[in-house]
Amino acid sequence: MSETLSTIIEILQDLHEDVDFESEDKLIDKKILDSFDIVTLISELSNEFDITIPADKIIPDNFNSAQALAKMVEELEDE
Amino acid sequence: MLFTDSIFIIGLIALFIVYFSVPKRVRWMLLLIGSIGFYAYSGPWNLIYMFVTALSTFLITNRISSMTRKAKDEVSAHKSEWSRDEKKAFKEKAKKKRFRWLVLCLLLNFGMLAVIKYGAFTMHNVNTVIGWFGGSQKLPVHRFLLPMGMSFYLFQTMGYAIDVYREKYEAEKNFAKLSLFVSFFPQLIQGPISRYDDLSKGLYAGNGFDAKRVMLGIQRILWGYFKKVALADRVMPAVTALISNTDEHQGMYVLLGILYYSLRIYADFTGGIDITIGIGQVLGIPIAENFQRPFFSKNITEYWRRWHITLGTWFKDYLFYPVSVCQPMLKLSKWSRDKLGKSVGKYLPVYISTIAVWFVTGLWHGAAWNFIVWGLMNAVVILISERLTPLYTKFHKKHAWSNTRAYDGFMALRTTFLMGLLRMFDCYLDVPLTFKMFGTMFYKWNPQVLWNGSLMKLGLGKPDYIVLGAGVLLLFIASLLGRRGSVRERLYDKSKFLSCCLTVALLLIVVVFGAYGIGYDSSQFIYNQF
Amino acid sequence: MGKKKVILAGAAMVVSAGVLLAAVQRLLQPKYMTDVVEGNLIADYYNTGMDHDVLFIGDCECYENFSPVELWEKYGISSTIRGSAQQLIWQSYYLLEDTLRYEKPDVVVFNVLSMKYGEPQSEAYNRMSIEGMRWSKSKVDCIKASMTEEESFLSYVFPILRYHSRWSEINSDDFKYFFGAEPNFFSGYYLRADAKPAENVPTGTPLTDYSFSDTCWNYLDKMMSLCAKNDIQLVLIKAPSLYPYWYDEWDRQIRDYAEKYHLPYINFLDEDIQAQIGIDYNTDTYDAGLHLNVYGAEKLSDWFGEYLVDRYGLADRSGEKKLAEEWAGIKERYDAEIRRQLENLEKYGNVKGEAQ
Repeated sequence: MSETLSTIIEILQDLHEDVDFESEDKLIDKKILDSFDIVTLISELSNEFDITIPADKIIPDNFNSAQALAKMVEELEDE
Repeated sequence: MLFTDSIFIIGLIALFIVYFSVPKRVRWMLLLIGSIGFYAYSGPWNLIYMFVTALSTFLITNRISSMTRKAKDEVSAHKSEWSRDEKKAFKEKAKKKRFRWLVLCLLLNFGMLAVIKYGAFTMHNVNTVIGWFGGSQKLPVHRFLLPMGMSFYLFQTMGYAIDVYREKYEAEKNFAKLSLFVSFFPQLIQGPISRYDDLSKGLYAGNGFDAKRVMLGIQRILWGYFKKVALADRVMPAVTALISNTDEHQGMYVLLGILYYSLRIYADFTGGIDITIGIGQVLGIPIAENFQRPFFSKNITEYWRRWHITLGTWFKDYLFYPVSVCQPMLKLSKWSRDKLGKSVGKYLPVYISTIAVWFVTGLWHGAAWNFIVWGLMNAVVILISERLTPLYTKFHKKHAWSNTRAYDGFMALRTTFLMGLLRMFDCYLDVPLTFKMFGTMFYKWNPQVLWNGSLMKLGLGKPDYIVLGAGVLLLFIASLLGRRGSVRERLYDKSKFLSCCLTVALLLIVVVFGAYGIGYDSSQFIYNQF
Repeated sequence: MGKKKVILAGAAMVVSAGVLLAAVQRLLQPKYMTDVVEGNLIADYYNTGMDHDVLFIGDCECYENFSPVELWEKYGISSTIRGSAQQLIWQSYYLLEDTLRYEKPDVVVFNVLSMKYGEPQSEAYNRMSIEGMRWSKSKVDCIKASMTEEESFLSYVFPILRYHSRWSEINSDDFKYFFGAEPNFFSGYYLRADAKPAENVPTGTPLTDYSFSDTCWNYLDKMMSLCAKNDIQLVLIKAPSLYPYWYDEWDRQIRDYAEKYHLPYINFLDEDIQAQIGIDYNTDTYDAGLHLNVYGAEKLSDWFGEYLVDRYGLADRSGEKKLAEEWAGIKERYDAEIRRQLENLEKYGNVKGEAQ
């Protein structure tokens, strides 16, 4: 597991302790994450990785799983 | 124009017939002509506002799209020469330029809405403030007539513009096609606020005649009319009576008012959306759902995910997220994290943008303080329940009985009632009066009005109560059945004959039990002096 | 499913929906048999033999004050009344147009009280005056001229749009008379055999403006020229009803008009004419002077029949077999109705036969 991914899972676990974020890939579709969680998450991620996540990145594809989140974060770090 | 105007119904039937008789490639043009005709009927001058919106959005989004393309070409042309930082700087600069165009588009259009819808309200409030400071110089207050559906089509079009800026899709290159997206007639009365990528395909495709789809569409339209004319319009006299005579109608009457008004607004709004979606279905144009059994919601957050869905998601995507994750907000979050503690910093952006969104949502509903207070009250309830979530989770873990169906039902009732309470602001249209009437529920004990015949004095008679009671029961059953997929579709697949019967039955029910036209009042016929 | 099958199924559905709606519509339409029987007056005409020498048009002052049976019995004049409650002048005009589609009478008698209404008045009365008409251009024009602001043309085409809320008031009459009303009238005459003396008839309060509206004059002109075109003698009358009050100022305008166009105008409120007729307002009215009862109507018809014969030489047609048969039938019902009402009066104190 990459460092990014494990940090993200840690943050997620902080939001919802009883979800298995390692395997869950329908966080948005199943409404596990609501808009409050997403905003909190973005603020945490920005803080943690020193990136800016613009509003147009907030689409289900980027938030449905910890892996997708990690991918997005890595891309934004690259830019 | 209303859905219930005979001219609308006649025009709609004519449109259906013509739509399927002209060649497929011109069908979207027919819709455009129909939409413009429909809108012109509401007031020919209103077309000007709509035209300004369509044209400005068309020009600016195309400008943005071509700028995006050019910037991309530029980047790939200099792929090998530029360093990563150079690329990044170029991209950012290009984006900033595009952003300016977007801002121009938003300012122009929302500015138009601001002046027309909120101008008078703003001036009035400014004058009040001037008055507080002893000023006598008052600003002129000019009231515009709000063009029909402006809040709907403007939001829809601006959503499209933002999406083009966000590179979700390219700008529409055909002005007539974009105009159809802006003006599509079934959405102009009560929404929903559609997304371009959802709506456009069906809108321009020129869809063929599909018996099943047409049948289901007609049934949905009739179902919408049933809700509107048999229930919403029928209960209306009682709502009017309850809110217009507030000296008499206190205590238990307020509770009744909440009940009647909830029914009224639910039946009217969801009925209108049913008609809109049904029309789309007949024409082969999928339109976004705007409701999902909202009165079955277990909490307010869930309720707002199921009531007026397209408005909620619009605000979420184009206001809530951008505000929550914008730089100043993140800085504020960081600052408060350092100064006020981790948890405050974590939640601050969410809270600020929630309040902002609900303030604007209130304003969206109308240019008056009662709507603003209504919006803010929603925010307060949502934030409180958000804070209490851990407690709820604990509670549900501890008590097994709180996870039963019955308790779910209780929660749905509680949510529905709470939303009804909040809706009082919308109902009484006056903030102090709303609080006063809310208070009477506690000190005015008059449950006897429920059985001493007072119910019959609200403009509703026994037949009305029969229709309302049966109608509400029908809505409830339909909602229960609807949880397992479309009832109409299941019936059609099972038996086409029964599906036909349902259509005819719905038509008959609407015609007979609708509260429309001049009520037959035999006392009018009493032969007195001639 | 093939295309043909879909079209067929669709057509079958539309047709059956139409039939069902038509049936429900018929059920929900008021039958006007027990209450407000006047609602059936206009349609009743189409059940007659449509062979009349005299046509009365106008409001209740026509259909409650003249007895066509008496005119037939005494003078052999075949007449009919196309009257309805608060019939407005344009409704009278279009009913005349409608009647001319079927027959051409020698004399048309118009009661001028409705000159006082220049605007559509009441939706309920509109319905009773118009719905009984058969569809024709005249009916369409009549609806357009009569509609009050709250009414819609569509609801005349599809009366279910008007009467749908009667579902909660359906009674046995609605089923009994589903396929049609029973004749209640005697060539358009509404018969009453009881009496209520006219006492303390109020006089009219002064009006600010006595002039009739242009609309009314316009329709009176149209009526006159339609009669002239069809070689029909138009006779203007004011029936001997004491109330609603008939102002002298109104009378003068009609008189001037009649003089100008050489039309006969008889005001039955004139004391000399009343003396000739012999109306006794103690015994000859059933509602204190508003309308005559059958005894008053027969007296009035006696006088008027003589006038018609004298002035316009209407022939005695009692020898015509077919016509005589039709009138014999009406006369039989007429006498039976008088007997029924008198019996009820004796038993219950009212003509309807309702226990009190």
